Amino acid sequence: MIPVIGLALGIIAGLVFKPTVPTDLQPYLPIAIVAALDAVIGALRALGERRFNDRVFVVSFISNVVIAAFMVYLGDQLGVGSQLSTGVVVVLGIRIFANAAAIRRRIFHA
Amino acid sequence: MPESPVPGAPRPASKGWRELLRPSVSQVVVALLIGGLAFAITVQINDAGEEDFSNVRGEELVELLKSLDVANERLNTQIEDLTATRNGLRSSTRRSEQAKKEAKLRAEQLAILAGTSGARGSGIELVINDPDEQIDAPALLDAIEELRDAGAEAIAINGVARVVAQTYFLDDDGQIRVGGREIKRPYRIEAIGDADDLAEAVRFRGGLIDRVANRGGSASVTEKDRVTITALADVKSPEYARPTS
Repeated sequence: MIPVIGLALGIIAGLVFKPTVPTDLQPYLPIAIVAALDAVIGALRALGERRFNDRVFVVSFISNVVIAAFMVYLGDQLGVGSQLSTGVVVVLGIRIFANAAAIRRRIFHA
Repeated sequence: MPESPVPGAPRPASKGWRELLRPSVSQVVVALLIGGLAFAITVQINDAGEEDFSNVRGEELVELLKSLDVANERLNTQIEDLTATRNGLRSSTRRSEQAKKEAKLRAEQLAILAGTSGARGSGIELVINDPDEQIDAPALLDAIEELRDAGAEAIAINGVARVVAQTYFLDDDGQIRVGGREIKRPYRIEAIGDADDLAEAVRFRGGLIDRVANRGGSASVTEKDRVTITALADVKSPEYARPTS
């Protein structure tokens, strides 16, 4: 329940303050969001399987975000920024789909 | 999916509305993370709406710049072409205006010469009284020739007969016909040209005035600053003659 409240508060804060993304963060924020979504979907799956652990969630969330941002940064430094970020998004997207499929199987048995 | 990172280990999840009042630290941290994620998504969605190049990568910027350069070059070439076309049209317009002006001037000159338009300018008025009816067509033509010698540019007799190249003088039953028009006495000849020259051409000893006096008539000449000739010659388009050029 409290995470749902956090979600609502986050959306409201974003809509109310309408901050602009700092230039330094602009390349990393989209990738970080996808990485965080991956962690959240994974957590939802664990929740459904009754093996959710908040410590694991926090660690995986933060490490996902940091690693994704770092890979984009590294890609930019190597000159393959756009390709590498595409790769990161593809991998994270596959994981999100896989976890969503597991949740779906559990709920709908299909 | 063996490798799917499923965060979390088996843990009995106790739930209930009571938890809402006494949230554990971990729940608060999870809520904070999810709230941060929601915040970031909202911000990013708002931000992506703006047309901004700050999150475009270097390579893409280079490509963008290159295509802009090419477009710029193309447009510059176009500008040069169009400017050249405009200049050409402008100068040709100027040329045709000049030609038009010259043609108009020439047409005016020819109109005066051919007697198809009125004329005005300095000149003389010569009046020949001929009570004895001794002035015949050759004598009148002589008078006209004297005036032409003196540089008369436009000549009219009695205000009705314009004298041009084709004009003929004819004796007809005691009257004189000039270009087909009957001229009545006294003859009043208006001529446009240098007034002094024209007057002198008439007055000199043995000239027109003396000859008229010899035939029993009298002639008087008046120099005028402004003579207006409104008589027009009949225009006859040439039947046989054709321009050679």
